[in-house]
Amino acid sequence: MALLSVENLRAHYRDGGATLRAVDDVSFQIAAGETVGLVGESGCGKSTLGKTLLRLVNPTSGRILFDGQEVGGLSERALRQYRRSVQMVFQDPFASLNPRHTVAEILGGPLAVHGVGDRKSRIGQTQDALDRVGLPRDALKRYPHEFSGGQRQRLGIARALILQPRLVICDEPVSALDLSIQAQILNLLSRMKADLGLSYLFISHDLSVVRYFADRVLVMYLGRIVESGSWRSLWSRPLHPYTRALIDAVPNPTRRRHAAPLSGDLPSPRQIPSGCRFHPRCPLATARCQVEEPISRAVGDGQTVACHHADLSPIH
Amino acid sequence: MALLNVEDLTIAFPRATPVRGLSFSVNPRETVALVGESGSGKSLTALALLGLLPSGARIASGRVAFAGRDLTALKDRDLRAVRGRDIAMIFQEPMTSLNPVLTLGDQITEVVRLHQGLSRAAAKRRAVELLDLVRIPEPQRRVDEHPHQLSGGMRQRVMIAIAVACSPKLLIADEPTTALDVTIQAQVLDLLDGLRRDLDMALLLITHDLGVVAEWADRVVVMYAGRKVEEAPFAPLFAAPLHPYTRGLLNASPRLEEGHHHSLGPLLEIPGSIASAAAETGCAFAPRCPLVRAACRTRVPEPMAAADDHSVACPVTFTRESEHGLAVG
Repeated sequence: MALLSVENLRAHYRDGGATLRAVDDVSFQIAAGETVGLVGESGCGKSTLGKTLLRLVNPTSGRILFDGQEVGGLSERALRQYRRSVQMVFQDPFASLNPRHTVAEILGGPLAVHGVGDRKSRIGQTQDALDRVGLPRDALKRYPHEFSGGQRQRLGIARALILQPRLVICDEPVSALDLSIQAQILNLLSRMKADLGLSYLFISHDLSVVRYFADRVLVMYLGRIVESGSWRSLWSRPLHPYTRALIDAVPNPTRRRHAAPLSGDLPSPRQIPSGCRFHPRCPLATARCQVEEPISRAVGDGQTVACHHADLSPIH
Repeated sequence: MALLNVEDLTIAFPRATPVRGLSFSVNPRETVALVGESGSGKSLTALALLGLLPSGARIASGRVAFAGRDLTALKDRDLRAVRGRDIAMIFQEPMTSLNPVLTLGDQITEVVRLHQGLSRAAAKRRAVELLDLVRIPEPQRRVDEHPHQLSGGMRQRVMIAIAVACSPKLLIADEPTTALDVTIQAQVLDLLDGLRRDLDMALLLITHDLGVVAEWADRVVVMYAGRKVEEAPFAPLFAAPLHPYTRGLLNASPRLEEGHHHSLGPLLEIPGSIASAAAETGCAFAPRCPLVRAACRTRVPEPMAAADDHSVACPVTFTRESEHGLAVG
């Protein structure tokens, strides 16, 4: 059984007169111990999806099942337990750490809120948390501004892990970090996963990072998952024209100065195109794509694709 | 002859020296990348070239020769004539560089009227041409729009239109695509390179993104904590980097075209952070360097030529490579 199962999830916002369909009929699963990567460009709904899973944003429709239990029907108390099991690591560790709290308060806060142990055991747990993420114990008395960007992200990870969650949603966890620090944080997340038996939903716009870090990948475009697959199949055999364009757009030293794969801007999520939402930018689009929205279909090896013409496209 | 020649540039604040003894050059029509992470001094260098250093910072020593003239010796008035006409610059975040209350046309015509003395009507026609040049659809209509009506990618195109309005010989682009989505980033890089060729312009690309460098740069200058640690054409730099920092960066970065995956092993980390450079009296990278020797902690290494066009500021790898070269040769 999947640890997390998402079925036909929608999260729509009222935005003036328009409806913003940030997450629009999304289904996927995360198995225990699995890292699922979620890639897409700005406005595709990937961050909203992460927040909806935590119920920080209420879904418009659809179901979220955690450990077989439907999250939508949980009582206040059960929802609290759920939020203990599902934690989040944010992109900007500075914006997500209270500047007026010491590290002891930042790490001890979640323990106190959830009534874990007594005061003394909580101090022990905060020290263990620092050890785990490679920060010195004297950090407890210091404030977030006293740390570098990489250290602050270690704090963000320590806070997310202190309640011993089973699933951690990482929203662009290394995007704000310098290259030499990115590798440190990715390796730390890897070790934590192995040591603590975690699952991750790893949200990122950076394909190279997702290529390295995710076991399975979901590609999102304007609120919908257009392709998914294991890392081996998705990167070696991308089928959706959008996935291919994303891969082609990444600068690549083996193809010096190649032309941009897509012309035109990303459409606004306030005005989602008819039919296949990728059709105005798609090199394979036909009349059918303008009117008929493609449904996601399995193409073997656990890969799915939502495209009328995926088979027509030449092998990458 | 080089178009831009930076010699021994040192930039100082009252209590810090973020750029020290930096030398590099840019040839006509060439793309040179200045690469480094935050704190490397790359953006400050760009500002210094244009005489735009923030208050408190000054050029403590060195020369910036552009087409034979030393820009650091020019009066403000003479420098203003160079800036925008011969050398132009674009920044990471186009929204903060564009004036939100002026139309695109107003902002483009300002440059061409100032530097080229065009009439109002001629300047407007030129603005439409420039929007077309940077591939903005419907330039006739767009010219009367305001920045907030455009996407991030379109705004960066407008910044580029303003920058190339006077056909500069050198365009400095500071992280021009960092704030953009990957498919839009590809369009903007493609555009910049096309303009470089069409307008006979050199490009100084300031970036932290090694992928961008690998695909678009002819030559690369790697900076660490205010100093140049390595310089080479892109091919040897990526195939056979010499400085331990350059090697570390390449090892630490996941690359889409390579097969590395977390299930096959961890990334090779560079330990520590650039903050450790501040207290160092020798090589700034010494506290993080896997090849550090006692001598590295006492003397700052000077760049040495490992090949005609490849220099490295590391005596350890420099010696090893030349020994290796001899043994093989």
